[in-house]
Amino acid sequence: MQVHIIEYRIKPALFVLCLLPCAAVFYLGFSNQLGPDPAERLVKELGEWAITMLWITLAVTPLRQLTGQSWLTRLRRMFGLFTLFYASVHFLSYATFMLGWSPALLADDLLERPYIVVGFLALVLLIPLGVTSTDAWRRRLKRRWVQLHRLVYVIAVLAMIHFAWTAKAGYGEQAVYFAILLVLMGFRLVPRIRALQRSP
Amino acid sequence: MLIRRQDRGAPAPSEITPESVYHDRRRFMTGAAGLLAGGLLAGCDDANGTGAGGSAAAGHGLGPKLAALQPGPFATEEPLTPYEDVTSYNNFYELGTDKGDPLKNAHLLRTDPWSVAIEGAVEKPGTYTLEDILRPHALEERIYRLRCVEAWSMVVPWVGFPLGDLLKRFGPTAQAKYVAFQTILDRDNLPGQSAGLSSIEYPYVEGLRMDEAMHPLTILAVGLYGKVMPNQNGAPIRLVVPWKYGFKSIKSIVRIRLQETQPGTTWNKSAPHEYGFYSNVNPEVDHPRWSQKRERRLPSTLWSPNHIATRKFNGYEEQVASLYAGMNLQEYF
Repeated sequence: MQVHIIEYRIKPALFVLCLLPCAAVFYLGFSNQLGPDPAERLVKELGEWAITMLWITLAVTPLRQLTGQSWLTRLRRMFGLFTLFYASVHFLSYATFMLGWSPALLADDLLERPYIVVGFLALVLLIPLGVTSTDAWRRRLKRRWVQLHRLVYVIAVLAMIHFAWTAKAGYGEQAVYFAILLVLMGFRLVPRIRALQRSP
Repeated sequence: MLIRRQDRGAPAPSEITPESVYHDRRRFMTGAAGLLAGGLLAGCDDANGTGAGGSAAAGHGLGPKLAALQPGPFATEEPLTPYEDVTSYNNFYELGTDKGDPLKNAHLLRTDPWSVAIEGAVEKPGTYTLEDILRPHALEERIYRLRCVEAWSMVVPWVGFPLGDLLKRFGPTAQAKYVAFQTILDRDNLPGQSAGLSSIEYPYVEGLRMDEAMHPLTILAVGLYGKVMPNQNGAPIRLVVPWKYGFKSIKSIVRIRLQETQPGTTWNKSAPHEYGFYSNVNPEVDHPRWSQKRERRLPSTLWSPNHIATRKFNGYEEQVASLYAGMNLQEYF
């Protein structure tokens, strides 16, 4: 695949595609098409898109390995930044439409509600990854960059816990996300375990 | 007498319906009366003129009773949550866990014929057809707040009659200390009851203490907005206990058992630290995972989220606080 096709065709197209869910959910929300409790729907949808973007980010490397298409790696940063974008909009929407930025309610939730603490921690950890996602930072941090960006696995687990914890009953939706996460992690863990078994 | 008591529990001035909304409501009521009359002329085939969700075709002979509907006590003057929202935003896990699922799957609940078993500590136990259950009771409109444990709320004009009046007919004995209720179990037709990965057990069961069950606020509802109960709202007959979280108001009841011991309840069995037997609305006792201090009164919009403070016993403190005198409500949540 030629570099200019990736950079000037595929990336811009994917960029627009990744923005569509956000545009759609806000359009539906502000035009009263998300039902009688739109704040709840909006926050939930944005949170699910944050997790979806994170799962897509984690799928890039296994997909590259399976298909041999090394250019796929060039897309990974964009998906990672969209994860940060959706997680941020998810949090800001929750603070705006569900709490009205009330300091007392925010403090109450962020200090006392375990599932919100876990979700917020995932968002906070995403920020340094977003900041250091540039080529300049990558060069500057060298091997430490790779170590730092392994945080993504911690974030994925925190995000999964946060999501599962919001369910009252009926874990069907969460189970699907969890199964995908297991597959994505399996791609990374299984070769390592095999390697360990081979070496005495 | 009861109507007098309600005056002291009158809403705060801020809650009084704006005039325009009041007029909308009058217009709606007139419209509803027209619809009902239409239903009568059409042989009461479908008193539910909207076709949304669908209710029992024959309406269990409810037509004449609905035509004679009388306003009941304890009515709140707050703006009603529109019919479309009340009937499209539901927690009825037997029909699916998404809020929109119960409306989509409403047709899967078979409500005709329907019978209710009255069991346990009563002089006249037996299985009664819904028609027999309803026969002696006149229907009242009860406009109540409904507060869901998920921190949203609605105002619903229910149609029903006091549960106490029904229980008295069957002669509760001295052993009747509690009332246990059960929802229909129909794994072949109700999608939620066959799906895996649910943490709640079916059939859904609920319970009340005898004094709660006999309280004049507690009703069995067979309709809302002057119409036959839509399936997604718990047709053909459901409980409404307005001072408790919504999940206590069990839907589509097939069994009522009076007994000496406290019955098990579905959500309590599923997560005992999160849902107690009493589950009275109480802003001072948070759900372990979220705050109960405020609620979103539906319909809310992103422009005006309509957040209001949650009131103790859902604003029915005057009527029911005495039931819990001396009880530590942090412990008996």
